[in-house]
Amino acid sequence: MEVKANKYIFSKGVDTFFSDVYKAYSFTTRFFKEAFVAPFHFKEIIHQSFEIGLKSLGLITVTGFIVGIVFTKQSRPSLEDFGASSWLPSLIGIAIVRALGPLVTALICAGKVGSSIGAELGSMKVTEQIDAMEVSAINPFKYLVVTRVIASTLMVPLLSLYCSFVGLIGSYVNVHAEENTTLAIFYKNAFSTLTFIDIFSSLAKAIVYGFTIGIIGCYKGFNATQGTRGVGKAANQAVVLSMFLIFLEEVIIVQVANWIRNF
Amino acid sequence: MMEQIIDQEVSTETPVISIHGLYKSFGELDVLKGVDFTVMKGENIAVLGKSGSGKSVLIKIIAGLLKADKGSVNVLGQEVELLNAKELDALRLRIGFSFQSSALYDSMNIYQNLAFPLTMNNKKLNAQQVTQAVEEALDAVGLLNKINQMPADLSGGQRKRIGIARTLILKPEIMLYDEPTSGLDPNTSSEINLLIQDVQKKYNTSAVVITHDLTCAKQTCNQVAILLDGQFLKMGPFDEVFKSTDPQIQSFYNYNFINH
Repeated sequence: MEVKANKYIFSKGVDTFFSDVYKAYSFTTRFFKEAFVAPFHFKEIIHQSFEIGLKSLGLITVTGFIVGIVFTKQSRPSLEDFGASSWLPSLIGIAIVRALGPLVTALICAGKVGSSIGAELGSMKVTEQIDAMEVSAINPFKYLVVTRVIASTLMVPLLSLYCSFVGLIGSYVNVHAEENTTLAIFYKNAFSTLTFIDIFSSLAKAIVYGFTIGIIGCYKGFNATQGTRGVGKAANQAVVLSMFLIFLEEVIIVQVANWIRNF
Repeated sequence: MMEQIIDQEVSTETPVISIHGLYKSFGELDVLKGVDFTVMKGENIAVLGKSGSGKSVLIKIIAGLLKADKGSVNVLGQEVELLNAKELDALRLRIGFSFQSSALYDSMNIYQNLAFPLTMNNKKLNAQQVTQAVEEALDAVGLLNKINQMPADLSGGQRKRIGIARTLILKPEIMLYDEPTSGLDPNTSSEINLLIQDVQKKYNTSAVVITHDLTCAKQTCNQVAILLDGQFLKMGPFDEVFKSTDPQIQSFYNYNFINH
């Protein structure tokens, strides 16, 4: 075999970075091209929604509940210093619904769902199962990628709403123990300062996070190389990159939501 | 020399695969450098060569899994490079591809592995028809009793057989075997060789067998072709090719039959 002369435009690292960005862009645009064209694998979307949504419920319940309790416990002393402990439910409502619910859900799903998608598709890639689908005239992108990304985009917002609900319950447990407040008063106060934009931006964030987790997991898995080592690498990169993008998206969406709120 | 089981005479003279001037590189690496190759209807050809010589790349290009850099690849009368996705899928239904790793879907049992390509390509089939087709394909490879098992529960040889059964369920006209006997003991290899012959007789297929196992090549194919440094060094009936005094061909022969 012959080895050709060096053909890099800048250097190997720079060329690889731009090539990876272009590949990720092509992968994402391919998703939008294929997601809205028949055949639609509804059965597989439901199956993946079950895998992503229902199987994450336990973890989200425990985490959401603990976040609610801890955040309430940490916030109380500061508010008491200013004699504003009656504002605690409102503060918790804003913090959990606007930020903590979607963010905690997204980070848990990036770890659990993103790594699982990356590893599953990665192992399918390196053991030629994806090629096997292709030679059987089955579009593996449509069957494996489109279904998982849609399921993730649908399930993360639902889990986020659920996480916010459980977080508020956790918070109520703490507030009730300390101040003997009723559930009705707690919820009335918690939601009194929330606006439509808060709920809408929270849902929008969760949709974006769900899409990010699905597409990054699939991209890394679908492009895995180097055997079993590549599978581990794909799963790891899926988690790291998803989390990084989630924080980046959080900053952007918060800025946009604030801009709309002040408009 | 061993007994050659497949007849060297081929019934018809229609080419089912015709490749001219095929080039393929991966980055800085030239793998195929001007390959010319023809498979006639009813013919089984073994492509022999060292590991990394581009044998698997060749059949992946035939199946449309990889794109050639240059050259023409005509399969069943259609230029693979010119086909759109839909046409390529229609062509792929006429080609069976048996992977080196078997490539069975880990998350599905054997029944689901076989039913999956069938149901995805023919939504009109009812459950009874699907079950019948699955049982027929499993019976053809002698593993009907494994229908409810998971791929992880099977031996390497059984996985290879199931992989072949999964391709047979779509009734292909061409079979592409990628290292069908690699990693198997001599007895299991011999069973796979017999299965390849049975498939040709029962389903009237043509085949390209990628291997570096000369026993497999001799027992299953009418012709052998030696791929070396991205080009075919020699092609023809087994005995004729290995009569050659070319030191590279002789070294390949000696390695297989003297060292093993």
